[in-house]
Amino acid sequence: MKKFLSFALALVMLFGACAALSSCGGNEDENVIVIGGVGPLTGTAASYGISVKQGATLAVEEINANGGINGMQIRFMFEDDKALEADALSAYNSLMDNGMQVTIGATTSGSNQAILAPVKEDGILLVTPSASSMTSIDAPNAFRICFNDNAQGQAAAKYIGDHMTDIKKVAIIYDTSSDYSKGLMTSFKAQAQADNKFEIVAETSFDSTAGSATFATQIANINSSGAELLFMPLYYSEAYAIISQASSTLQGIKYFGCDGFDGILGIDNVDTSLLENVNILTPFVADENSDFVKNYKAKYNSTPDQFAADAYDAIYAIKAAVEKANVKVTDKDFNAKIVAAMGEITLDGETGKMTWDLETGEPNKDPIVVTIQNGQYHILSE
Amino acid sequence: MTFLATLVNGLSLGSIYALIALGYTMVYGIAKMLNFAHGDIIMIGAFSIFTCITSLKLPAILAILIAIVLCTILGITIEFLAYRPLRKAPPLAVLITAIGVSYFLQNIVLLINKLSNKTTFVFPTNILPDISLKIGSGDNAIIINGNTIFTFIVTAVIMVALTLFINKTKMGKAMRAVSEDKETAELMGISANRTITVTFAIGSALAAVAGLFYGGTVISFNHTLGSMPGIKAFVAAVFGGIGSIPGAMLGGIILGIIEKMAEQYISTSLANAVVFGMLILVLTFKPTGLLGKKINEKV
Amino acid sequence: MAKFKNIYNNCMNKITSSGVVTRKDLWTYAMLAVIFVAVLVSDSLGLLTRQLTSLLVPVCCYIILAVSLNLTVGFLGELALGHAGFLAIGAYTSTLFSIAVQDTITSVWVRFPLALIIGGVSAGIFGLIIGLPVLRLRGDYLAIVTLAFGEIIKTVATNITVDLSKTTTTSSGAEKVVEQGLFGSAGLKNAPQDSTFIVAFILVVITVAIISNLVNSKYGRAITAMRDNRIAAEACGINITYHKILTFVISAFFAGIAGVLYGHNYTIFKPSTFDYNMSIEILVIVVLGGMGSIRGSIIAAIVLRVLPELLREFSDYRMLAYSILLILLMLINSAPGLAGLRAKLSIKNAYLSIKNKVMKRKTAENGGETHE
Repeated sequence: MKKFLSFALALVMLFGACAALSSCGGNEDENVIVIGGVGPLTGTAASYGISVKQGATLAVEEINANGGINGMQIRFMFEDDKALEADALSAYNSLMDNGMQVTIGATTSGSNQAILAPVKEDGILLVTPSASSMTSIDAPNAFRICFNDNAQGQAAAKYIGDHMTDIKKVAIIYDTSSDYSKGLMTSFKAQAQADNKFEIVAETSFDSTAGSATFATQIANINSSGAELLFMPLYYSEAYAIISQASSTLQGIKYFGCDGFDGILGIDNVDTSLLENVNILTPFVADENSDFVKNYKAKYNSTPDQFAADAYDAIYAIKAAVEKANVKVTDKDFNAKIVAAMGEITLDGETGKMTWDLETGEPNKDPIVVTIQNGQYHILSE
Repeated sequence: MTFLATLVNGLSLGSIYALIALGYTMVYGIAKMLNFAHGDIIMIGAFSIFTCITSLKLPAILAILIAIVLCTILGITIEFLAYRPLRKAPPLAVLITAIGVSYFLQNIVLLINKLSNKTTFVFPTNILPDISLKIGSGDNAIIINGNTIFTFIVTAVIMVALTLFINKTKMGKAMRAVSEDKETAELMGISANRTITVTFAIGSALAAVAGLFYGGTVISFNHTLGSMPGIKAFVAAVFGGIGSIPGAMLGGIILGIIEKMAEQYISTSLANAVVFGMLILVLTFKPTGLLGKKINEKV
Repeated sequence: MAKFKNIYNNCMNKITSSGVVTRKDLWTYAMLAVIFVAVLVSDSLGLLTRQLTSLLVPVCCYIILAVSLNLTVGFLGELALGHAGFLAIGAYTSTLFSIAVQDTITSVWVRFPLALIIGGVSAGIFGLIIGLPVLRLRGDYLAIVTLAFGEIIKTVATNITVDLSKTTTTSSGAEKVVEQGLFGSAGLKNAPQDSTFIVAFILVVITVAIISNLVNSKYGRAITAMRDNRIAAEACGINITYHKILTFVISAFFAGIAGVLYGHNYTIFKPSTFDYNMSIEILVIVVLGGMGSIRGSIIAAIVLRVLPELLREFSDYRMLAYSILLILLMLINSAPGLAGLRAKLSIKNAYLSIKNKVMKRKTAENGGETHE
């Protein structure tokens, strides 16, 4: 057994050497631009990574069919990081070995943060579709498509205070093991306390990494607090679990979620009657009549969620920046020029009309609030 | 009132743990091994019921029966292929194999799910009759739903049935004999292989039922459904005294109550730490558990 | 030819005379030396891809983890399922220390060794804390308790916040907060990146040396005796309590060292990474390499860390392959019924049978006059 493993080791080193030598060439072809990204394709967050990959691939194929970016055809690569930081780092390095020149970064905030250091060093343009924690784009060459956690929490609190004026008592339930959830909760609370339009009567939490959870305790607490609205800065699978488990206890309470709710209508065997009148703050609503939704459905046989829309916009943002700077990959200051161009473009994308702040990398766009009726999203007037 | 509500929640969760713990304790008492894969058989049971009802559109009773039969066959097969060859090997080997089986089941289901591109599933909630019990009134009323009531009744019935089975039937006697001294039992003409097979069969059937109730409690589930309840149920079995059937029931309920109490009065995110902390305390001070017997080791 | 063989044998006997360093160990050190040189040479020739370069320190971490777990699982014979917890403790304590003192102790050569000591000792202390309750437990109970401890450590780390952030002014005059510290579930951010391959490799060699020597000493014989027959060992006067606790502490200490390396290699790492699954991954490495074989652990750690990276297209099937591997390995290695199969397939037997055949042919050629 042990001698066999020694042979195996020798083989592995051989492989490694081969891999090293074969990918030693970068991309020097001025008619090809290599764009790469990482995200969870396996594991519990897999649906997000898959959506990002699919949305981006759709955009890449469309652009290539229409002549490419500034005459360059896109070669797109996407690696699995299982939403783990260590894997994100090695996936990023693997992509760089394969000649990546522009990146759509990582799908999850933690992974994007993990690759920030080499991204800064490499200086390549990073436009992440969905990494939303504040510090995950803390680099001069990093930008994002989605709202950051602070902005979302504040927008949610503002919306409830300004537009849902009959709500005076609000309860919050959040996930202690998710920085997305905690970030949203903190900024929501801060804004709510500043505006003072409603009172937070209950704040309860759970740990989503603790295994399939039962929420009886949290639901009982929310019930006895007399809350009229439950703010749920969560991802859709836990949100649905809570809503369905609470269906007999919390009658008449309004549910309010953020962009993590997207995908809730796509759960297998979902009971949409439980989701009547759920309000969601989101940048994207799948409009049956839009070309993007139609093409996505035709290709992947499912409705795109906002992760897919974000990724689609990310690729188009890169296209806009490269065309604005009017450069080819072989140009001397390719990276610096397209990064600078990000501050000058306006993208009318699937997730809204946006421009970017060059210093922070944040997008400037307006969120919309949708409500679910009869199992469909309807935009509420903003 | 919150105390009473928490108690009820604890009883509800505890009866599910008790059901799972029954399976663990039987297998441990008779085959002297920790079946790490037990929790994942629960998951397979839940998925079977889910698939039967949503994809195959079968009536609920049929779905449950199919799940029980499927899990029983699965349990017997696992025992035959993975555990029986290692019966005379050091216990470490069986433990590691059991971990392997557990991961195998989880990942097979994950890969099958990938084909349909879905990661989260919703357990059908219309299986059990929609009855509920209301205690108290107004804002502080405690509502006990159908799932809870049924779990409790079924667990109690199963416990009584199992105790009768172990004490009054011939196979039950064989199981007790094998649990006490396998070699001597074989000398007396009892087939240890058949007894252990029956044990695994019963344990896995119980797991299928647990899958029905646990799926109905969490509603939103995936391939990792069984892993945490499996561990917690083992904790419960140890609590109550491993190898003791009433011990498993008692341990399960107490664990459920402790978990919900910890969530309510200490912290929802530290509840697991408290549960595991209790396990360590119990094992430090009373390793045989509440109702367990001290077994002397012969040289 | 025979002369060289004599010289070789004399050298070997001299080195291994004390019994603490065996011939097997010398091969292990030789292998480590070869790997080290190979990596350095590849690096200087530019042959190492970025991917492989980023794997150098993590692979060293896993080697240390596997060797330290092997001490408990392979030599003591107890299944410890909470190894990732010690990794976490080593990582968090040392990085918090490094962040706190990074302005006062600016020299890496002073700060990193201190961090190593802090990480290792904290983990060792927890090894002691865990070792005490499990003293009277064996087998399944011990496994569950160690798993429970691992989960407790992970849960507690998810709920602790130690904010050591600094505010600096950027070149344009604006204030910028550099997030540093442990932020509960968001993980530990921006520790000084002090781990390098050379330091990591030195630690690997030290770990292997210490654990190999321990295993060949009186202590090692005591714990293998405990593994094979606890009651007989006790009857012979071996202090079970002392040896068990010592094993846990040493195993935890080295896992903590690995943690220090790990923590100073990433700008962010979350408590949720150090879960039951990670402990199982380390266990798979130990089982694949052979329980009780340090060289096996080293090789298996390298293979099981590098191969999945090179075979990224198959990452879907990785955990499935591991689980099947685990089951098959256990069945093949331990099932009493398969002892005959093991004997037939063993390389040693194959070598001996070939040797026999060769000798037989030589005797036949010499007219059948030789004795065996």
